[in-house]
Amino acid sequence: MIKPALSDEILMRIEKPARYIGNEVNMVKKDLKDVDIRFAMCFPDVYEIGMSHLGIQILYDMFNKMEGVYCERVYSPWHDLDNIMREQHIPLFTLETQEPVKKMDFLGITIQYEMCYTNILQILDLSGIPLYSKERTEEDPIVIGGGPCTYNPEPIADFFDIFYIGEGETVYQDLMDAYRRNRENHGTREDFLFLAAQIPGLYVPAFLDVEYNKEDGTIQGFHVNREGVPETVTRQVVMDLSHTFYPEKPLVPFIRATQDRVVLEIQRGCIRGCRFCQAGQVYKPNRERDLEFLKDMAVKMLQNTGHEEISLSSLSSSDYSHLNELLEFLIETYHGKGVNVSLPSLRVDQFSLDVMSKVQDVRKSSLTFAPEAGSQRMRNVINKGLTEEDILHGCEIAFRGGWNKVKLYFMLGLPTETEEDMRGIAELSELVAEKYYEIPKSERNGKVSVTASTSFFIPKPFTPFQWAPMCTGEEFLNRAKIVNDRMKEMLNRKSLKYNWHEADVSVIEGLLARGDRRVSKVVELAYKKGCLFDAWGDSFHSDYWKEAIDEAGISLDFYNTRERSEEEVFPWDFINTGVTKQYLLREWKKSKEETVSPNCKVQCTGCGASCFGGGICFENQN
Amino acid sequence: MKIRIKFTKTGVVKYVGHLDMMRYFQKLIRRANIDICYSEGFNPHQKMSFAAPLGVGVSGEGEYVDIEVNTTDSSEESVRRLNEASVEGIEIKSYRRLPEGVLNGMASVAAATYRVRYREGYEPDFSLEDKFMEFMNQETIEIEKETKKSTAVVDIKSMIYDVSFQNGVVLKLAAGSAANLKPELVFTAFYQYLGKELPEFALEITRLEVYGNSGTEENPEFIPLEDFGEDIPTQGE
Repeated sequence: MIKPALSDEILMRIEKPARYIGNEVNMVKKDLKDVDIRFAMCFPDVYEIGMSHLGIQILYDMFNKMEGVYCERVYSPWHDLDNIMREQHIPLFTLETQEPVKKMDFLGITIQYEMCYTNILQILDLSGIPLYSKERTEEDPIVIGGGPCTYNPEPIADFFDIFYIGEGETVYQDLMDAYRRNRENHGTREDFLFLAAQIPGLYVPAFLDVEYNKEDGTIQGFHVNREGVPETVTRQVVMDLSHTFYPEKPLVPFIRATQDRVVLEIQRGCIRGCRFCQAGQVYKPNRERDLEFLKDMAVKMLQNTGHEEISLSSLSSSDYSHLNELLEFLIETYHGKGVNVSLPSLRVDQFSLDVMSKVQDVRKSSLTFAPEAGSQRMRNVINKGLTEEDILHGCEIAFRGGWNKVKLYFMLGLPTETEEDMRGIAELSELVAEKYYEIPKSERNGKVSVTASTSFFIPKPFTPFQWAPMCTGEEFLNRAKIVNDRMKEMLNRKSLKYNWHEADVSVIEGLLARGDRRVSKVVELAYKKGCLFDAWGDSFHSDYWKEAIDEAGISLDFYNTRERSEEEVFPWDFINTGVTKQYLLREWKKSKEETVSPNCKVQCTGCGASCFGGGICFENQN
Repeated sequence: MKIRIKFTKTGVVKYVGHLDMMRYFQKLIRRANIDICYSEGFNPHQKMSFAAPLGVGVSGEGEYVDIEVNTTDSSEESVRRLNEASVEGIEIKSYRRLPEGVLNGMASVAAATYRVRYREGYEPDFSLEDKFMEFMNQETIEIEKETKKSTAVVDIKSMIYDVSFQNGVVLKLAAGSAANLKPELVFTAFYQYLGKELPEFALEITRLEVYGNSGTEENPEFIPLEDFGEDIPTQGE
């Protein structure tokens, strides 16, 4: 057995020591004699969150299937251990071999949300790797980032050697080959980065210079500073999702992870074009996995993990063509055998309710709807194709089926939002409650409970709203108050509950989402002041961030609240996600006209993603 | 049919807490395709009960869990499958059928043996064996035990059944619901007797075996819990 990196004294003193010991079911063990590339794969948050992430499990499986490569895992040490490691100068280690991250050839970091940026610096710092790419030497691992936030990598570009833009299954083998080739040729770190930059989808920030307009501080343009490096970076996409890596033997943590279940990704991409949704835009085109592939995987993964639950994952599961067959297979195969099928946010219709009543205890479960906006006008602006009638009809059949708890998700601060739209959130919640009380008392199941939650709208890169202004923290709270006041005026106010998100965090998230390279200073200053685990409410220090923004001389108005002009060059414009800027601009204009765009199944809107050779429009053509 | 499983919890898995060990076994049983019984209802539970929870940081070489199964393969085959599906440090030692009428693990626990060693760097500056025997030779061994409301003085001597010295101090102590003595408490009393402070983290504790009582209360006969069960032979043998 491998000796833990931490002593008994430390492990006995910290919370949940099993976060740091490795040795979980299905952990890969390799003889280091057979390994010539060591890859540390990091999720920069606490173990239970990181272990719940499907992408890491896919890449862990893929890397470890490569000959000579050993992929090990790293997560953020929680505050208690973080303090001890700093005090006692203990270097950050991987779970598999319990050896220092610094010994690895690569440190890969998945970047799933903006509020983990300070944790990225923690990982580098505790590993003893210089925070800035330009300060690293031949002794340091190559630091590579991937995941959704790399669609605007600029606020953290200075901290990374390479970004992988797109889906991880495609070009990592090429990168490993380049690394070996460079080593054989006794090449330097920079030589390797040059090789990497020529692989499609890989972005080396050091080879790209950004110039700014003197008068207004916006971006003037990008200049590649090394011949042979492409001007644009194209997102990598897996077109055949039924013949690719998928972890048949996912890791099973000892402590309960947030996702304590088998996660079956049924498709990627989304046919709907919600204008606020980055995932919906950057993961186009829609690609389904074969039904037989999914059945086979479900059986193998449940057998190899022993999990009691399987959950289907995708952006919009109801749009998967074989959903009924898949659910029927799972229920038939596993019902009564101690395996639960947990359903992701499905469209509520008679079929899904029938399925749910088979797999869940109706009295305990609640139904979730995401209308995203309170008024039909606002829903047209954001292109959310869910009508009031859909919601009320869904609720009605659910109430008749015995449900009495409903959760409604909304956004506040959407472009063009009026007070009427805000009040609409309360009014729609009221209509849902009223729908319940239309049912005869004898057929109802006690009182109804309607919970409305609002998050604050944050414009994201590569969405039609990338041009949109964002509210200030103060304005967000004003709007929440309008909703809350209206809630209190409703007839069924005692059945309604309203929650709203923290405004200060949203403002910082907005800055990091659409920031440029100048914002990296803010991240560094915030980290040095003590910001860490910013995604955890209790750990978020608004005052440190405000100080960091002031000290870096950054204007929140410039990054968040102003509306960007149609001609503006964005920090992320050198990336080609397949979806064109012209399409996004068309959609931005249509949103201002309150015009809805059809989904891919109804009619192609010419987003550009068919260039990858897939998607519904592409299949229809061929 | 009731089955008693004996297993180890050694190495880093000693940092896995009791609730997580329960979850671990639920999943292990499924991976090993043991035909365990489930309770009725919307959230069926496996019929499973652990003999005695082990604190985080304490190793175990003879831990027990009882399960109820519909059908079963032989002991040998079941042990093989469980070990194939298990991790380093959690090793299945035996899988035996419990005859009708045997109390479940939790209820039948009467005693346990522990090995207490000093961690590296914490070795005592006195002869452990001599001092410990002196301590044991006292008429009574009194210790203040804190309860929720007050502190009470208890004599723990009668709960120490046996002391030997092999690779540390091996203590056989009362365990279970009637009387339960933890080795840490014995050492706290020992250090009070010495007039010294027991340094934090000094001790490394391993539970070696858990026993049931097959004798009477007055004349106990402690036998390892696994000995209450019998091996299931391979079909045809």
